[in-house]
Amino acid sequence: MGVATNRKFWAPRQQRELLKGLLFVSPWLLGFAGFTVYPILASLYYSLTQYDILRPPRFIGLANYHQLFFQDEVFRFVLYNTLYLVVIGVPAGVVTAFMVASLLNNEMKLRPLFRTLFFVPALVPAVAAAEVWRWVYNTNFGVVNSLLKWGGMSIIPFLSSPDLAKPSLILIHMWAQGTAIVIFLAALQDVPRSLYDAALVDGANLWHRFWNVTIPMCTPTILFVALTSMINMFQYFTIGWLLTEGGPNQSTEFYGIYLYRNAFLFFKMGYASALSWILFLIIVAFTILIFRASQRRVYYAGDGES
Amino acid sequence: MEILNAKRKSAINVPTRVRFAPYTVLRRLILYVTVISFSLLFAAPLIWMISTSLKTDPQVYHVPPIWIPNPIRLANYPEALSIRPFGIFTLNTLRYALTSTVGAVMSAAVVAYGFSRLQWPGRNVLFFLCLATMMIPFQVRMVPLYITFKNLDWLNSYKPLIIPAFLGIPYYIFLLRQFFLTIPQELSDAARVDGANELNILLRIILPLAKPALAVVGLLQFMAAWDNFLGPLIYLSNESLFPIALGLRQLRSDSVEALMWPYMMAASTMTILPVVVLFFFVQRTFVEGISITGIKG
Repeated sequence: MGVATNRKFWAPRQQRELLKGLLFVSPWLLGFAGFTVYPILASLYYSLTQYDILRPPRFIGLANYHQLFFQDEVFRFVLYNTLYLVVIGVPAGVVTAFMVASLLNNEMKLRPLFRTLFFVPALVPAVAAAEVWRWVYNTNFGVVNSLLKWGGMSIIPFLSSPDLAKPSLILIHMWAQGTAIVIFLAALQDVPRSLYDAALVDGANLWHRFWNVTIPMCTPTILFVALTSMINMFQYFTIGWLLTEGGPNQSTEFYGIYLYRNAFLFFKMGYASALSWILFLIIVAFTILIFRASQRRVYYAGDGES
Repeated sequence: MEILNAKRKSAINVPTRVRFAPYTVLRRLILYVTVISFSLLFAAPLIWMISTSLKTDPQVYHVPPIWIPNPIRLANYPEALSIRPFGIFTLNTLRYALTSTVGAVMSAAVVAYGFSRLQWPGRNVLFFLCLATMMIPFQVRMVPLYITFKNLDWLNSYKPLIIPAFLGIPYYIFLLRQFFLTIPQELSDAARVDGANELNILLRIILPLAKPALAVVGLLQFMAAWDNFLGPLIYLSNESLFPIALGLRQLRSDSVEALMWPYMMAASTMTILPVVVLFFFVQRTFVEGISITGIKG
């Protein structure tokens, strides 16, 4: 008896709750449908066509994908360059940010000042950062090479050498870690003091405490920062486009740059869509990979309830 | 705590305390030297930028590099900013950044409320979808979005950049939801008993408590808009509509060699300045907000 009346009683209320909930999230639902679901499906369709915007799309089946994997010589460079950037650049950025945050986590005078100094590069818009570093890296009068010349040493061709261009861009990335530093700093301050005290009692030195207490306690944050950094790195565009435009010798032709070039300089919208779908799949694969690999290593306080 | 202290007293390694003192001084010294040299390293490119922006031409090409310019040439600033209409670029950027910030904060607050303070069937599934879309790169959606906006005749306007912000940006929704979850449910329940509707609860109770989190979202969106290059690059081709990001690139393309670097650095400094000033005003709230929105967990 109770169940039947309950159901009759609950149903309209549940409906009302559903309606209320949907009403509140409706802006997102609209954006989700219009600016996410539709573009993704459209992109899938365009990737099966030849489309230059001027003429309507022409269906060509899997030809774009075939060209991508079997004929496009540049695409191989692009994949290599992008993986280089992700595999070396992401850890380099995360490690830099974590080290700086650990430094700042010590008690010291003027800590807010130092924190600000490390954070400000993250505030610099990418376009301005590109110009500043173009000048820092300048072969003749940039600050580094000017000093080297003065000291009678040979100059470093930061952006004009195919071997150095990628590391030079990664250095800029390591410089702009402010947000990650602030996030890490917040995590570091949450590590319970008692754990350090206990470690001290057990005779653990500074390094042991860092490696066995600090890092394990911060693994959820490290995972979060590494994941977002990786997703962003796969889309690396602005600074690379402004500084090297893919050169020298296509050594900085990254995925985002190649995609932009195909879509908006060559007007190969179909081919660019195929590229973007492969990028999407690569990112999903890497995300799953990182989650799998981190499962045993990430420590969540309170039995998995993050 | 007391147990720990007792343990330490009874432990065998009492003498280590004595050995600790000089070691600590050394450690502090190393710490300060490291922090100062690292922060100088991080600040160097920007100091170099400001220094160059104040130099006369011969100082720019001086070996070894000059850090403190003498004489100082302030004229680089007005001259650099008058080569291209930087006043218009700035107004364009401000309008874009402010409107999209208002839109992003408002929409994220409303949507996050629906995802955290209300119970309804299907909520968690939709929230999971919302999180999953954070993984989808803009570049995957870029081509179809461009075509759609072209068909809607939105190109060469700020609509493609501003309207999506009003429809909830997943990352901000996530941040605000995390924060809203930390607010005791009793507050809402009490208000409901008093007859307040959900919109009232959001406006009168939740939002006032969530100011730091709202500030974080606002600052993040303002910075993102100020920084955005790819979006304007695709959607805008009319120079009178350019934001600063595109204007700076224009300036480089027509810079003559003479005074080029001081001009570029002066314009870059002016690009950075508003964001840095804004950050200093909200710094405390921002840092506080980051630590309480729970993005760390």
